[in-house]
Amino acid sequence: MTTTATTQPARRPVPQAAVTGAASGGYFRHIIAIAKRSLIKMVRTPEALIDVTLQPIIFLLLFTYIFGGAIGGSSADYLQFLLPGLLAQSIAQAGVALGQNLNADIEKGVFDRFRSLPIGRSVPLVGAVIADIGRYLILCVVTLGFGMIMGFRIETNALAATAGIGISIAFALCFCWISVFVGMKVRTSGAVQGIMFLIVLPLSFASNTFVNPETMPDWLQTFVKINPISQLVTTMRGLMIGGPVQESLMWTLVWMAILLIVFVPLALRAYRKRT
Amino acid sequence: MSNIIEAEGLKKRFGTTQALDGVDLAAGEGTVLGILGPNGAGKTTAVRILATLLQADSGRATIDGYDVVKDAGKVRRTIGLTGQYASVDEDLTGIQNLVLIGNLLNLSGRDAKARALELLEWFGLADAAQRRAKTYSGGMRRRLDLAASLVGRPRVIFLDEPTTALDPAKRQDMWEVLRRLVTDGSTVLLTTQYLEEADALADEISVIDHGKVIAHDTPDGLKRQIGGQRIRVKPTDRARMEDVHRILAEIGGNEPQASGRDELTVAVNGEDALAATVGRLAADGIAVTELSLHLPSLDEVFMTLTGERVAGDGTTTGSKEVAA
Repeated sequence: MTTTATTQPARRPVPQAAVTGAASGGYFRHIIAIAKRSLIKMVRTPEALIDVTLQPIIFLLLFTYIFGGAIGGSSADYLQFLLPGLLAQSIAQAGVALGQNLNADIEKGVFDRFRSLPIGRSVPLVGAVIADIGRYLILCVVTLGFGMIMGFRIETNALAATAGIGISIAFALCFCWISVFVGMKVRTSGAVQGIMFLIVLPLSFASNTFVNPETMPDWLQTFVKINPISQLVTTMRGLMIGGPVQESLMWTLVWMAILLIVFVPLALRAYRKRT
Repeated sequence: MSNIIEAEGLKKRFGTTQALDGVDLAAGEGTVLGILGPNGAGKTTAVRILATLLQADSGRATIDGYDVVKDAGKVRRTIGLTGQYASVDEDLTGIQNLVLIGNLLNLSGRDAKARALELLEWFGLADAAQRRAKTYSGGMRRRLDLAASLVGRPRVIFLDEPTTALDPAKRQDMWEVLRRLVTDGSTVLLTTQYLEEADALADEISVIDHGKVIAHDTPDGLKRQIGGQRIRVKPTDRARMEDVHRILAEIGGNEPQASGRDELTVAVNGEDALAATVGRLAADGIAVTELSLHLPSLDEVFMTLTGERVAGDGTTTGSKEVAA
């Protein structure tokens, strides 16, 4: 049985002017609106900031005082070595929560509304990514601030250190698209965390973050050299405690471009296909 | 083309489940189309396709003449969507939820706020405007969700089971709100599991089951088809069952059915049937513990239309559960 032409009951007046306005011109405004939403949620749920506040502090304490003496000769020397690396490693890890949050938003149906609005398809994702800058800033301030209380000293200058923080945040904005992609792909936010740790942990430890890789087997050293986190760590060390940065900075930028080129389209495609 | 909502031959398969198997729908501007069916019938899938959230495998659909796939952007400018699960942001306050939507619809900051306040007032949420949606009751969330879909004054509104899981009093409140919407001139597509709800709100009803439209008519036409209202009687004294049976058979003109323990139900036509029943029962001195006049339940509708019962979980027997 099929429906055919409906008999029309008496027509009611049509509502006044539906919303108009160019979707294209609003792209930037829409992203700001979505980012604002994420920031409000961030302020409302401070417990969700543990991974960018307490966690780096605990890592700093654990590694400096437990392993520091054994690895770096003294805790103070090791702290100088560790902090720029830990900052780079933590900021890459900080994007995991983003994928989890986006996954939860989709499961709750919040994104259905966004998708039914005349806004750019990428707006909900890009807006959430932009808002994550807030978390990265908190992470940098907390890690650097607490590190300084523990005795860390910037050996270059404020400008170089600020540039280092800027580069690490920019790197995190590229790296987090892996998390966004995984968040779009898997069913639960718990699975996002599980998969992301499988990616982030090897990259964090098979790097020059915590130890000098000289004692590692050759094949692992090769991996450490390619590892984007190693390149960022080397850059950060150069900018904070001195040393060559040119080559590692170039490779960091190359990696950032690769991450964006690969994972932004993948994430957007997965988002479009998600039902 | 005079229908603002039109769909032809929509098909959609999820894995091994044919969620939609050739659905046609049509609604004229300013009317309410009710889509009635059990869980898993394909109601939500149909709404998601019309609202551009999902693409059909085949078939076509237009909103105000715009194709939901090719002109999705234009369709999104015409529609408002209220989902089955209230999709408000729990960490945001009522007003923040609505202002966000206003901003995304290119309203200026001031206009977005004004529209938000207007809607909160309209939905009786003004006092809760500054509270996080997390603290709202189920009914309040539904109203906020509905308000969010109205920020842009959409000409076509999709309401996916707006009253499911609300208690009867809250359901009545929601109906009042929906009636006002329609008098404002919007076209509404409403999905529901309750014939009572479709009857109260819709101009026309499409009954959908197993991904197919199995009936389409006005509420009155549909009720004629499925036998209109039912009278249900439960005599206090079981010994009087036979007398009750005889009376109901005379009034209904058809054979009463046992609908529960010591309880009989008969389909009736005409407004005076209940009064006549009361009169006859009183005349024969039959005391009753229960006597009611009601529209057929979804179960009874489907029994009549398909000969299948709706199972306890809300799906018709033989159907596979669909995340629809």
